[in-house]
Amino acid sequence: MEILLVILVGVLYTAGVYMVLRRSILKFIIGIIFMSNATNLLVFLASGIVAGKPAFVDETVQNASKIADPLPQALVLTAVVIGFGLVVFALALKLKFFETTGTDDLDQLKKTDN
Amino acid sequence: MQYILLIYLLIAFGIFIVPGWFKKHVGVMLALVQAAFFVFFYSKISEVANGNSISTMLYWIPQLGLNLEFSLTGLSLAFALLITGIGALVFLYASAYMKGYEGTDKFYFYLFLFGGAMLGLVLSGNLIQLFIFWELTSFLSFLLISFFHKKEEPRKAAFQSLFVTAFGGLLLLSGIVLLGSVVGSYSVADWFVGSEMIKSSGLYLPGLILILAGAFTKSAQFPFHFWLPGAMQAPTPVSAYLHSATMVKAGVFLLALLSPVLGGTTEWTYIITLVGVITMFLGAYFSITQTDLKAILAYTTISALGILVLLIGIDTKLSIKAAMLFLFVHAFYKAALFMVAGLIDKKTGTKELAKLGGLYRFMPITFVISVLALLSMAGLPPMLGFLGKELIYEAKVQSPGIASLVLILGVGGNTLMVAVSMYFMFKVFLGKQGAYPKIPNEKGWFFLLGPAVLALLSLLFGLSPAALGNSIVQPALSTIRKEMIDVELKLWHGFNDVFLLSLLTVFLGMGIFIIALTKKQFLIKWRRINSQFFTIKFTDLFVQFLGGFLNFSARNTKRVQHGYHRFYILTVILFSSAFLWFQVYVTRNWVLDSHFTLTPFYISGLVAIIVCSTIYATISQSRISTIIGMGVTGYGISLIYLYYSAVDLAITQILVETLIVVMFVLVLQRLPRFAILSSRLTRVRDFIIALSFGSVMAILALKALHVEFNHPVSDLMVNNSFLYAHGKNVVNVILVDFRALDTLGEVTVLVIAAMGVFVLLKTKKA
Repeated sequence: MEILLVILVGVLYTAGVYMVLRRSILKFIIGIIFMSNATNLLVFLASGIVAGKPAFVDETVQNASKIADPLPQALVLTAVVIGFGLVVFALALKLKFFETTGTDDLDQLKKTDN
Repeated sequence: MQYILLIYLLIAFGIFIVPGWFKKHVGVMLALVQAAFFVFFYSKISEVANGNSISTMLYWIPQLGLNLEFSLTGLSLAFALLITGIGALVFLYASAYMKGYEGTDKFYFYLFLFGGAMLGLVLSGNLIQLFIFWELTSFLSFLLISFFHKKEEPRKAAFQSLFVTAFGGLLLLSGIVLLGSVVGSYSVADWFVGSEMIKSSGLYLPGLILILAGAFTKSAQFPFHFWLPGAMQAPTPVSAYLHSATMVKAGVFLLALLSPVLGGTTEWTYIITLVGVITMFLGAYFSITQTDLKAILAYTTISALGILVLLIGIDTKLSIKAAMLFLFVHAFYKAALFMVAGLIDKKTGTKELAKLGGLYRFMPITFVISVLALLSMAGLPPMLGFLGKELIYEAKVQSPGIASLVLILGVGGNTLMVAVSMYFMFKVFLGKQGAYPKIPNEKGWFFLLGPAVLALLSLLFGLSPAALGNSIVQPALSTIRKEMIDVELKLWHGFNDVFLLSLLTVFLGMGIFIIALTKKQFLIKWRRINSQFFTIKFTDLFVQFLGGFLNFSARNTKRVQHGYHRFYILTVILFSSAFLWFQVYVTRNWVLDSHFTLTPFYISGLVAIIVCSTIYATISQSRISTIIGMGVTGYGISLIYLYYSAVDLAITQILVETLIVVMFVLVLQRLPRFAILSSRLTRVRDFIIALSFGSVMAILALKALHVEFNHPVSDLMVNNSFLYAHGKNVVNVILVDFRALDTLGEVTVLVIAAMGVFVLLKTKKA
């Protein structure tokens, strides 16, 4: 199964980088979303995936070897939320940019510099 | 001693909180503070006599050999007395001079801080620490020169002086580090001990040259002398304090400080003597053709600095003695003359020599002061300057190696000094009344107090030189020379070679002066000859060099900083994938040791769907299709999380994905359609780059499958989750308990992002 997920990571990165290199700002933001998904998946994958054994414990089950590793999950969860914040802010910025300049072209951004 | 510097710092900042009604007294108060420190240092004279020193050390970064060491030796005491004593007089003078200017708070702040920095410099027992104060004085000098920053000239001059002195400072630092590596310490005391080690090391010559370059730039030695006349754009109290009495002497101080360590070699003697004597002659030579009062004084200062450097270079007992004495001689008369020049400028409205004349009628006290100071400058009896000059001649006669050159240029320089002093006196004070814009007066005794005290000191010490010799010069000498030197200063040395040289100097000088005064064409012709022969203007060279350098960097910067966002990203991606591919290449012997299956089939199907939707989102021309594709990808990934035991992750991903899709759809109506902005070729290029990056990341992911994550940490959390945190869901416990502070940070980021979004969307279009 892992081989497929590895390919998925590759595809997501390819799509992300391609979108990030576009001149349209909207596509740029979508590219960031793809890349952050890809990175989250990569970390998740690298921590070793286990099917159907979520990291739950109670009085009886306290053995770490039998359940999925919770730490990478917590890390990825943080990354997902932060990525969300980034995307939302970028989107708002993009909207403002479009309202001010009337263009979606990143190359135009160069001119507002001076 | 560190407390003295601390007090300086505190008082400097205190200037800004002085209430308005008291502001006009600030200058006087600061003068009193300086005077108090003068008394403090004066009381220490007996303690540092005979080569003793008072030291304190504070550990700063001992691992790097960086400590705050303060040591009050005879040498630093001599400088400290100059800094505080002349400082007090200059502040008195400034309180009269700066009246009516804007931003006097800032002025006093800079000037007082400078006093502290300069004290820190001369009290430093560690060379790195000395360097820090050294650069601080350069920087404050920059701020003070550009005090009238609304005019262009001061700004240019300030930049030029900062560039030269700070550049020299960096050379000095590299020299210190270089020779410090030989000794293994930056402490001056350790350098004294390791003197032989330094001199025999191969790094001696490069280190020496670098340190000398630092000293020469600071003390305006040829060929770095050009910044000093420019620095005359500063308000006159600054010129009197920084650019004649203290800061420019920092280089001399450094040479004197290090002469027991680095001196005594032929390199030391020849380089310093040669540079000193050239500077001395050129300074005097150019001073006589200047037309501006302050410019004349600036060039004679260069000449005097040349003498000081020359004397340290000659490096005999007598020459060091002469240097220490001349240090005071020059500080006294030059600070006095600068203050007089500033007063004349203030009262008459001009400092052009051609417009001045006959001032003795209006300013008799100033006239007397100036005569005393000028006599001292010319080296005539009974002033202290006479003593200084006699000693200098005596020392020069002894000068080893290049004695004849030193002597000829020395006598030439002094001759010109005599001429320029006389010329100054006659043109400004005697003769018929000049065409000055204002009729001057002498009101304001603060103006006169400083120069009067200094001129009188010149006279008093000239008459009874032993007072100065025993109390100040002697301890300073014993610091530089470990053996005892008998300082015998007297006015009359008897008829000998030196006296004859003096006589010759005076006659020649008077000759030049009389010609200059009677034949008006003489100086004009001289000026013309100068401008023909000395076509190279150092300032112009400097400007040219700087312009060229700026162009060079601008061109190269433009190549890298082109302003196209996507090309920046392109560069980043290209380089990272190049490095990653290189990593893959280095570990090419790695073999995949697991076998893979495609079960369960529903997850394989899910992955296929995600891949398709991602590709669809990328190539679609419709905005809504792109967003739907993106949404499918996100939800698909959350299902993968769900299947592989990451329940919380799946929930979060679903929430986030929903929100993102909703947001996109909301803003979509306010955004334009996708346009095809890039050419086909560009898109193919980008695709190839993206594919290269994506595939290398895939390979990396494959390799990462074999990485053992740090189980001890995870195990600790799993084992303790229920026990201590009473939580059954370990991921939750990590987020809100074990790593709660991280979560707080995350929440903060989200809040900031939310505030940003709110502000962006709420503000109306401007």
